[in-house]
Amino acid sequence: MSILPQLAFVLILGVAGFILSKRIQFLRRNILLGKAETRNDQPENRWKAMLLVALGQQKMFKRLVPAFLHLLIYVGFLVINLEVLEFVLDGILGTHRLFAPYLGSLYTVAINVFEFLAVAVLLSCVAFLVRRNVMKVERFTKPELKGWAALDANLILVIEIILMFAILTMNATDQILAGRGDAHYQVLGPLFFSSLLQPLFEGLSTGALVAVERFAWWFHIAGILAFAVYVTYSKHLHIFLAFPNTWYANLKPKGEMANMPEVTQEVNMMLGIPVENPSAPPAEIGRFGAKDINDLSWVNVLNAYSCTECGRCSSECPANLTGKKLSPRKIMMDVRDRAEEVGKSLDAGGPGLADGKSLLGDYITKEEINACTSCNACVEACPINIDPLSIILQMRRYVAMEESGTPAQWNAMFQNMETSFSPWKFSPSDRFNWSEKVKEEEMK
Amino acid sequence: MSTYTVPTMAEMAANAQTPEVLFWVGCAGSFDERYKAVTQAFVKILNKVGVSFAVLGPEEACTGDPARRAGNEFLFQMQAVANIQVMNAYEVKKVVTACPHCFNTIKNEYPALGGNYEVIHHSEFLQQLINEGKVTLQGGGEFKGKKITFHDSCYLGRANEVYEAPREVIKALDVELVEMKRCRTKGLCCGAGGAQMFKEPEAGKKDINIERTEEALATGAQAIAVGCPFCLTMMTDGIKNKNKEAEVKVYDLAEMIAKDMGI
Repeated sequence: MSILPQLAFVLILGVAGFILSKRIQFLRRNILLGKAETRNDQPENRWKAMLLVALGQQKMFKRLVPAFLHLLIYVGFLVINLEVLEFVLDGILGTHRLFAPYLGSLYTVAINVFEFLAVAVLLSCVAFLVRRNVMKVERFTKPELKGWAALDANLILVIEIILMFAILTMNATDQILAGRGDAHYQVLGPLFFSSLLQPLFEGLSTGALVAVERFAWWFHIAGILAFAVYVTYSKHLHIFLAFPNTWYANLKPKGEMANMPEVTQEVNMMLGIPVENPSAPPAEIGRFGAKDINDLSWVNVLNAYSCTECGRCSSECPANLTGKKLSPRKIMMDVRDRAEEVGKSLDAGGPGLADGKSLLGDYITKEEINACTSCNACVEACPINIDPLSIILQMRRYVAMEESGTPAQWNAMFQNMETSFSPWKFSPSDRFNWSEKVKEEEMK
Repeated sequence: MSTYTVPTMAEMAANAQTPEVLFWVGCAGSFDERYKAVTQAFVKILNKVGVSFAVLGPEEACTGDPARRAGNEFLFQMQAVANIQVMNAYEVKKVVTACPHCFNTIKNEYPALGGNYEVIHHSEFLQQLINEGKVTLQGGGEFKGKKITFHDSCYLGRANEVYEAPREVIKALDVELVEMKRCRTKGLCCGAGGAQMFKEPEAGKKDINIERTEEALATGAQAIAVGCPFCLTMMTDGIKNKNKEAEVKVYDLAEMIAKDMGI
């Protein structure tokens, strides 16, 4: 046997590995454009969240049909990757079905399981294509899902379908060849699903069958490697990032807004409360709130890269449901798009963040962030614990404190609070008037 | 016969007394015409049960929640730090409030500014009183057997995961509790949170409170129970918009309990 296929395989593997490592560095750098934040507390609860929410898909099951279809693809992905290990070793060593002699009849069982999962993945992908393109499920037809986002989603599904066909074709032709006594191929026990495809190939000559079998093998493994690279450009990154994303997710009550300690010293001084080190220069205060991705926490940017644009957030957002411009999914997509833009600019020696653009203004409008009721429906709905609300509230802080650009009615509310300690314009001395009536009433 | 009393922290301190619990009334509870009735109902229950409580009265100020959610962190902290100074001076340990926004802010956000208290929402407080047998219900009174739906407020539900206490309180009234399609973790906002109460909504095809009111009406409930002043306003407006004021009433939990107790 020529060693050429082995060399070609190692070369492909090496190139894919190189591109992937470059892409991972690019993504890592982009995520770390966000501000440093330490989130390593309560490790046991973080592992638990990751196991339940990412590995266990707990929150997916709020919607049963997509959860079931997604589970099939997910299990298929995890299990079929075991077979990829054999593919890689076969490719490097120039062997064929390396594990078969060691596993005996178990090998046939394993391949049957892989084939079952391949068919399950295939059918689920078809169902998902139908949901997106025929049934037009509402959350897949919102404005932010036009163009590349829709193409990306369909491409992923089509690529997965083709890859699954490649596995089945490979097994079908492999077993016909083995049956014809070709020494390179081993006769396995009956393979249920791929045997259904065999009639398609039985008329082919042995030479043609080998060509089909080898093409399917190469297509599958090269396809997987190419898909791995594609994923780094795609919303499909969630298959990896869902894990760190759930680990680093917020564990505090959802209603709690992060404190801004940089404001507290000034507030204490204004109220005449003794402060520690009053003469010490205030710590380097950057911008109040968030205008661009570098004002957000790196966790916010990780959230954006983890988002697979399923739209459950937007489909439960009261503002979005009632026709306002706000869509939590779009917020996440905008953060990612802006991080990509800045990253690409930096790599090209460009101005990066100083390109005259910003997340708020060029991607997200005030109208969007002003429409949020901070109800946490989006946070609750996200199957992997992404927090769009955190980003919205940080941008509101920028608008209020750096631009004084809040809507006029909010400014009036601020003024009432400053002068009469209530969001409404009532005299503070009337605050206790409600008690007069009840104090006169006889207790029954 | 005696009248109801509403002691203030200042009066109590002057008599060298400390109440077990501070009732945080909130701005809506103090100024909103409709919500004052809820404050009064809750105070009557506290009197009737003999809970040792006091209010801050004129010393109370807005928690700062709407300022913070509208982005004005300075103003929020000004309000918060001032309130914490007052509460710490009175050595407050436990706070009960009928407003989920005040509840969330004092419970979750005041600790970072030096205010550490045990904070409970009045739905949880009422549930405890019922469970302990301190509130004995007459079996529903005017609510008995009626269909009632509960609207989860976001700052009680998702924000702090209090879902069951208000439902337990309603069930204690011997009524038929019917759920809206979107309830508990999936509850739909009334539209007022995040400082929306204080401005007009952005342009859209519908107001959020109308969407929610339609959902409540679809249950066929004769009353909508709420545990939040903003939700009360939004749902009441929604019912008016649908011309259903005669058929469907909106109540706070404390009002329902007080009515049942005949006070």
